[in-house]
Amino acid sequence: MKKVELVGVSKSYDRQKDVISNIDVTIEPGEFFVLVGPSGCGKSTMLRMIAGLEEITGGTLRIGDQVANRLPPSRRDLSMVFQNYALYPHLSVEDNITFGLDVKKIPKEERKKRALETAEMLGLTDYLKRKPRELSGGQRQRVALARAIVSEAPICLMDEPLSNLDAKLRGHMRSEIRRIQRRLGITMIYVTHDQVEAMTMGDRIMILHEGKIQQIGSPIEIYNHPANPFVATFIGSPPMNLAPADVAPEKSSLILPGGEPIRLPEGTLSGLQKGRVTLGIRPEFLMPAEEAEGHPVFRAEVTNVEVLGHETVFSFLAGTEEWTAKWNGQWQIRPGDRIPIAIDEESICLFDGESGALIKKPADRQRFVPEEATP
Amino acid sequence: MSTVHGRTSDGLFASEHKPGVWERSRRARTAILYLLPSIILFSVFIFYPMFRTIYLSFFLTNQAGEAAVFVGLDNYKYLLESSAFLNSAKATLLFVLYTVPAGILISLFLALLANEKLRGIGFFRTIYSSTMGVSVAASSVVWLFMFHPSIGMFNRFLAIFDFPQIQWLLDPQWALISVAISTIWMNTGFSFLILLGGLQNIDEHLYESARIDGAGYFYRLRRITIPMLSPTLFFIITISLINAFQTFGQIDILTKGGPAQSTNLIVYSIYREAFVNYQFGTASAQAVFLFLCILVATILQFRLGERRVHYQ
Repeated sequence: MKKVELVGVSKSYDRQKDVISNIDVTIEPGEFFVLVGPSGCGKSTMLRMIAGLEEITGGTLRIGDQVANRLPPSRRDLSMVFQNYALYPHLSVEDNITFGLDVKKIPKEERKKRALETAEMLGLTDYLKRKPRELSGGQRQRVALARAIVSEAPICLMDEPLSNLDAKLRGHMRSEIRRIQRRLGITMIYVTHDQVEAMTMGDRIMILHEGKIQQIGSPIEIYNHPANPFVATFIGSPPMNLAPADVAPEKSSLILPGGEPIRLPEGTLSGLQKGRVTLGIRPEFLMPAEEAEGHPVFRAEVTNVEVLGHETVFSFLAGTEEWTAKWNGQWQIRPGDRIPIAIDEESICLFDGESGALIKKPADRQRFVPEEATP
Repeated sequence: MSTVHGRTSDGLFASEHKPGVWERSRRARTAILYLLPSIILFSVFIFYPMFRTIYLSFFLTNQAGEAAVFVGLDNYKYLLESSAFLNSAKATLLFVLYTVPAGILISLFLALLANEKLRGIGFFRTIYSSTMGVSVAASSVVWLFMFHPSIGMFNRFLAIFDFPQIQWLLDPQWALISVAISTIWMNTGFSFLILLGGLQNIDEHLYESARIDGAGYFYRLRRITIPMLSPTLFFIITISLINAFQTFGQIDILTKGGPAQSTNLIVYSIYREAFVNYQFGTASAQAVFLFLCILVATILQFRLGERRVHYQ
């Protein structure tokens, strides 16, 4: 298995404005690496640059230990799954799977054997003689996967492979792709705009915005310690609540634009200058007042309520911003109600008002199952 | 559908009243009303002339083109025994063989070139498709000058390299080839445009996927482009074939069927028979014969070609 290394990689179409700038990252062998970002952030372009379908205009790309900037796609030892699957409509499923092997002049018996093995792994054995148009969306997806797997390339690139599937199938294919990747140990570079896919599939995630790296890290690390407000709102659903606030270090409080102060435990704000910051808190850390003794409580007017059965998500006005809170259970709240809401002040993130950099991490909320006493 | 109401005096039994023919044919009448404009146009310009032609082919006609003596299949018998007609059928067949494959290969080649993503490719696309905008008459006159034995471009060109001069349109050996060359040129624009459209419809990702697999240009051409283009190719082959069988304008301007009947293609021969010799009966028989030829060729093509065509 091979690693992929990008050193100061950038891309520009008109030689003036970079659509991707200064990407530095090393993707380890056998890693599931997810590139995530809103549409137009350059994630697909980056993937296509790794594949060799787009020219790299600056920096160095290394695949294995070889500089690959100028290598043609076929010599980069990788396979790719496209968003629209790019199946050959005139070839049967079997011919689609073996297309790449035929190009490489692999003997017919071996081609057949490998196609059958791969088809079996993906449950396509019954469909080998069919044409792509006779398959359902999920089956086409599997053929595209099979085509990538059968090449036995050490690196696999996927460009939003699940975005054409319905929600249920997507959830199923997520775990299936992950399972296959683990089993074969391939290095996977996976592009998506869906933060759920990123969170659930990736060993590590890279968040891109306007062609620049926002943060690289494991999903939980990114969820807990977002590097800036963009990451904070992009990862997590509903997104993290943000509001501008003024720091009053001498009183150890934050003043919201409405004038409401939030008192934090002594010492949390030490080392911070007086001034404007961005306060962030995840919806699950805004709690029902009666369940949260000792936490600061404020009252707010509810603007919208969604009862999802196992949880209730509602939005309310916090000063000038609309925030959302997520409470467990089914709560009878109506829009227009003024209700008391407690805030877990230790879970607040603070971002620098100017640069957006994270200046105060929230408290660690990871939980462990207590070890059972062995008899 | 409307139901019958208010016609019967007794409203209670209205629903049991069976709708009359007038009511039941309401949808059909509406449909015919919509179809009427094209039915009239087709009848006047296509159906009537067609049936009239078949009718006339069983008669000898007078000077005014009216049926005079019924002769049954004699017109056809005469045609099949006439060396002039057989010669013209042979010339037509040769002409089809010269123009259709060459014309399509050239258009395909140009379309493949013009499908590359290069700066200023739009200019070449315009140029390659421009012959579509030139009328047969205008381009034939231009070719007439180019084929001219003494002042024509081709012979001047041959003279530069000291090749023997060719009497392009005057030599029975060359006349059909010369007309074929100009016809290929005239048809290129249309075929090019259709094929280019077909090429642009092929999903770019297929090529990208093949490139990652390591497929070279000709491998991609053979395994992706040609099969994906097959519906378009099939269409353009059918159209070109029919067009080649029906060639008239360039013959009339370039050679008038000569020299020594070598370029007397069937449609031109029909024209001469009808409007020069006033033999409307035999001319009609030739027309019916041509119609059957094209019909058979197209049916054969559908039978043989359809199997190799991959529709999406």
